[in-house]
Amino acid sequence: MLVKFRLNGKDVEVDVYPNEILLDTLRLKLGVRSVKRGCERGECGTCTILLNGSPVNSCLILTPHVEGAEVITVEGLEKDSKFKELVNNFVNEGAIQCGFCTPGFLLTAYTAIINQKIKTVDDVKKSLEGNLCRCTGYVKIIEAVAKTALK
Amino acid sequence: MFYKLPEIEYIRVSELDEVLSLLSRKEDVKVLAGGTDLVIDMKIGRYKPKTVIDISGIKSLRYIVDEGDKIRIGALTRMQDIIESPVIREKLPVLAEAVSMLGSWQIRNMATVGGNLCSASPAADSAPPLLVHEAKIKLTSIEGTREIPITEFFTGPRKTVMHKIELLHEIIVPYDEDFARTYSYAKLGRRNSFTLSVVAVATVLKVRGRRFEDVRIALNAVAPTPVRARSVESFLRGKEIGEEVIEEASELVVNDISPISDVRASAEYRRHVSMVLVRDTLLKALEKSGVKEVSK
Ligand code: FES
Ligand code: FES
Repeated sequence: MLVKFRLNGKDVEVDVYPNEILLDTLRLKLGVRSVKRGCERGECGTCTILLNGSPVNSCLILTPHVEGAEVITVEGLEKDSKFKELVNNFVNEGAIQCGFCTPGFLLTAYTAIINQKIKTVDDVKKSLEGNLCRCTGYVKIIEAVAKTALK
Repeated sequence: MFYKLPEIEYIRVSELDEVLSLLSRKEDVKVLAGGTDLVIDMKIGRYKPKTVIDISGIKSLRYIVDEGDKIRIGALTRMQDIIESPVIREKLPVLAEAVSMLGSWQIRNMATVGGNLCSASPAADSAPPLLVHEAKIKLTSIEGTREIPITEFFTGPRKTVMHKIELLHEIIVPYDEDFARTYSYAKLGRRNSFTLSVVAVATVLKVRGRRFEDVRIALNAVAPTPVRARSVESFLRGKEIGEEVIEEASELVVNDISPISDVRASAEYRRHVSMVLVRDTLLKALEKSGVKEVSK
């Protein structure tokens, strides 16, 4: 079946199976490789995308479900100044090791920051509870986000 | 791709009438609201429906309406909507608190309150607060509507009183100022956040003078369905407030629950922490009621 939606500011139309998962459509059909396949069951957040502005797990979404919706991945935020600042802080704080979790963290943290959800370091932790990182131990990620949100 | 989904017919609807008519005609259907349970259940093979009806586009089912003596919550209201709603924060804070501990932000942005109830997991996070507030569930089908007390809604793990042709339409929560204000919620999982319940307890109460006027307690994950702790409640009603009474009451919770051992905890541990959390929530709710010194 044909599904149309907006991906990073562009209209896309893609032929999918009714039981196709958005994570697969993005990675395999639309070439968006920043969206990572982790647990495939909503637990790790590496597949995070923004759906109509909210972070969600693309591994739990049937692609036909996003008909008419707006989907944003890190590729769509490259020119955003707040996003660039966040990325720089990730780099400077050492919040990236293997980098597999990074796109997911960036999308969740960015949305929390621009929606003014972060007033304290606890808010950073609460916002990021759906993103797992196997490398950093989180401290540096939390610092990078706090630096961007609270400075 | 680690998981393979069953082949399905996918139908998306934007009006209530459409889904009701489909439900009355189609066999082997699952309704998709937020999808955070259903998609996983299809991935792990728990459900293999022929048809999935995606109702997330029915805008008229996403609302929180304050009618003074009751609050009506549309089935498609997202968990995140509940947390951010000023009405819920003021008039049903125990629900906002419970739901804020459900899943992750990503999950709460998709998951709906109707979906959480229809999945009917024994560990459903929205259930204990709605049980203590004695919410009603409005079910609609092509044949009409009916209202069921939530205390009668769940019939077993993943089972409810809903008929095949019915849709969970809305949740109606009576507003009671005392219960709303004097509450406590505690959830114990295997870690502090983004976790399933080992047990969770919602407690609301009313105090008159030095006595318990009324107490309502509900737990999840310790029985085939979320349950009320009726023996604790009736024991406490009318009793003078004191540490010993609370201690004795909390132990009675074992009569109300029938926990199993699973990957998250043993039955014995669940019985133990149920008592502990019943006691803790009683004490915390009492603090909110303004009762200062609980001990004799
Ligand atoms: S791959 Fe989606 S949450 Fe892990
Ligand atoms: S940097 Fe490797 S998983 Fe986070």
